[in-house]
Amino acid sequence: MPVYTFVVNGSAVTVEAPADLALLWVLRDKLGVRGPKFGCGIGVCRACTSHLDGAEIQPCVTPVASCAGRSVTTIEGLADGDTLHPVQEAWLEQDVPQCGYCQPGQIMAAVALLKEKREPTDEDIDKIANVCRCGTYFRIRQAIKAAASKMG
Amino acid sequence: MTTRDDAVSDGLARRHFLTLLVAAPVLTIAVPGTASAVIPTLPQPAEIRDLGEILILAGTPTAGALAVLEVGADGIVTLELPRAEVGQGITTATAMLVAEELDLPLSRVRVRLADARPELLFNQLTGGSNTIRSVYDPVRHAAAAARARLLAAAAKQEGVDASRLSTRDGSVILPDGRAIAYGLLTSAAASLTGVFAAQPKPESEHKLVGTAQSRIDARAMVTGQFKYTLDHDVPGAMPTVVRRPPTINGSVRSVDSAVAEKMPGVLAIGVVPTGVAVVAETFGQAMAARDALKVTWNPGTIDSLSDVDIRAKLHAAALPFVVPPLLTQHVDAEFDFAFVSHAPMETNSAIADVRADRAEIWAGLKSPIVAQQTIAAAVGLPESAVTVHVVQGGGSFGRRLFFDGALEAAQISKALNRPVKLMWSRTDDMRHGRARPATHHKLRATFGLGNVLTFEHRVAAVETDFRHGLGEVLTATAASLPVGGNLSFAQTVFLTTVNVPYNFGVVTSLLNEVPLKMHTAAWRSVYSANTRGAEEILVDELAARMGKDPVAFRREFLKTARQRAVLDKVASAGQWGRSLPRGFAQGVGFHDEYQSCTACLVEIDARDPKAPRVVKAVIAVDVGRPINPRGLQAQMLGGLTDAISTTLRAGLHIDRGLPLEGSYSQFHYARQKDAPLDVQIHVMPATGSPGGAGELGVPAAVGAIANAYARATGIAPRSFPIIFPVDFEPFPR
Repeated sequence: MPVYTFVVNGSAVTVEAPADLALLWVLRDKLGVRGPKFGCGIGVCRACTSHLDGAEIQPCVTPVASCAGRSVTTIEGLADGDTLHPVQEAWLEQDVPQCGYCQPGQIMAAVALLKEKREPTDEDIDKIANVCRCGTYFRIRQAIKAAASKMG
Repeated sequence: MTTRDDAVSDGLARRHFLTLLVAAPVLTIAVPGTASAVIPTLPQPAEIRDLGEILILAGTPTAGALAVLEVGADGIVTLELPRAEVGQGITTATAMLVAEELDLPLSRVRVRLADARPELLFNQLTGGSNTIRSVYDPVRHAAAAARARLLAAAAKQEGVDASRLSTRDGSVILPDGRAIAYGLLTSAAASLTGVFAAQPKPESEHKLVGTAQSRIDARAMVTGQFKYTLDHDVPGAMPTVVRRPPTINGSVRSVDSAVAEKMPGVLAIGVVPTGVAVVAETFGQAMAARDALKVTWNPGTIDSLSDVDIRAKLHAAALPFVVPPLLTQHVDAEFDFAFVSHAPMETNSAIADVRADRAEIWAGLKSPIVAQQTIAAAVGLPESAVTVHVVQGGGSFGRRLFFDGALEAAQISKALNRPVKLMWSRTDDMRHGRARPATHHKLRATFGLGNVLTFEHRVAAVETDFRHGLGEVLTATAASLPVGGNLSFAQTVFLTTVNVPYNFGVVTSLLNEVPLKMHTAAWRSVYSANTRGAEEILVDELAARMGKDPVAFRREFLKTARQRAVLDKVASAGQWGRSLPRGFAQGVGFHDEYQSCTACLVEIDARDPKAPRVVKAVIAVDVGRPINPRGLQAQMLGGLTDAISTTLRAGLHIDRGLPLEGSYSQFHYARQKDAPLDVQIHVMPATGSPGGAGELGVPAAVGAIANAYARATGIAPRSFPIIFPVDFEPFPR
């Protein structure tokens, strides 16, 4: 079985895995990184949303082979120790989570959006297609706007 | 109200905990008021005694044992709550109750979900919007008794009378101003003998309860540290998935696993009642092997049925009206609602470790006692040998009333003789999981001389499965009996939840269910989303026929001032009647349930009738006594999003025995692009006892959205979701 070396949340990891095994299962089942959640397995619910070299990905449809030599950031790697990322802070201030299951993915999608657009419009925020089955969308919208002003 | 001390003092001394069990609350029954000048409607069953009160009554004999509190030597107070948290905010709300009574910072309260506790009988069911209503008194009494004990311990230790002591910020305050932290008193308090009766604070003295607080678990959630079922590690429990039949309730005829067995990472394969289980080192490998299995199947239980057949059965099942339409002016309407998946983000999942002499289960479970009892019977163990841990769930919306995932995991663990970590795929969840049953509604209202004379509603529904009973095996068995059985349960739930809040003369609501052997379950607000939603649409049409404005009409016919106040609130805050561009419109809806009431006013952009969007919502809610207004607003926001989804786009198509939808790309639950840009939720001040909140938001919003759509487009919606094409290529079966 092939072996892949890449970086997860700042630490180098080496795993033995089939080339087409989705990164989500490498993270969750081989490395014990459980922040990214399974919700669909086909990249449409986006609960697993994380970053690869700083860009948004859905690990459930990202083959591990494509990560070799690159850097993966999951929700666990977003805060700087006990200091939360401004988007996480905004999420707490707006009390966004209900069941919380989709929120790691929502936050990682919001961070990726804010990287591209410092002051996202409602139309920009509408493009985040992550499902929140508890229906927290309005608080997510408010939190993204609050984070944008924090990061201004 | 009495308080008694727990008998497990040996354990307490060893653990340096103070643990208390406290006695039952008193049941109260509300008597509805009536309005004058309209033809009063006799109180309906749900007004006299609603489902929540029945659940409280069923739980009363065991309410004394409900709340278990531990005061740790570190000053942390832990409430063990025999309910399931699935996002509805009950852990935060109950932590607030504890913090309030103990004069303790909220940050020092933890809430742990209790394992299945069979001695609680009917009192470990999370449903019917009933948690806060059923635990409000027991939790406050437990905390008040703990405080009394801590005061007594301090009094004894310092040689002062307890009446001269007070509590503040997690400490007992002595007459000279010195503070003794609770943690320093727990051992002494636990060793005291005697009865420490204490009344909770008067509600007028509440400082924390009634204020907006954030979830106590939010930080763990936003940092990815929060653990759901599949995030737990149980030694040896490996990823497990199930290959499922091409139709609902099909079973395995034959399996060729030759290819799958040799695939990388595969550990075990075996047949179980629901399909073929595959265990592997990772879920990805388990799913790959699952897809490589060659399976032939026996038929399922509804193979010949598609939506058109089910709809025909429902139309035939709707009971006739009593009032003929000949002599009076009348409005008639019929409505159809599709099946809807619960679709919680966390799919059905469970960890099971079944051994020869014992079993241990971990899952998100809203009826853990009946789960324990059923699993014990299924794996051939005594109930006492089966431990069921309740894990906080990633959403439920009614889904986790059923424990099919936990039962299946136990069966796989037993069959393969190894612990398993079972995950349903999203397609499993949508096609073989539970759904809100499809319903058909016939409504007729007659009117004359400015009054509504009669209001009839005939509901025909595919049977809602209530075989979880009241959460334990006796009533679950009663719900399974061929005579009476589930039908009696369904009628009871219908009659004790659905309630026409208007003085509409003679009101009759009748339910007739069509039993089909498929997987259904109560879905947030049970019958009310469709039933009351349809009624709120008819109310608008009735108002129009009687030449009245929808808000003014509701105002005239609502029964109580409290109901009119929430309606007035949304009408003023939402600027009812303001002018909007062409293609936009406002709509209003009202709902009263579980001793709470709400009004919802939405604005819809339906310039393209095929692509409507609710752009604004104003909600007012009166729950009698809000514990955490911020959590309550979250529940109302969730109910609104559910209503947007199910009214406009989200449903399941049944085709020859199976839902076509297999993921969120096909089942169109709302996304950010479908959500309003502006939401205001007004929480009315406390006036009484806590009512229900979790399910309250859906029905009024369904009515408001449908009414806004009708006004914006001129199209009277009759079938829901309104926009419901099969706009996808279904996954292979």
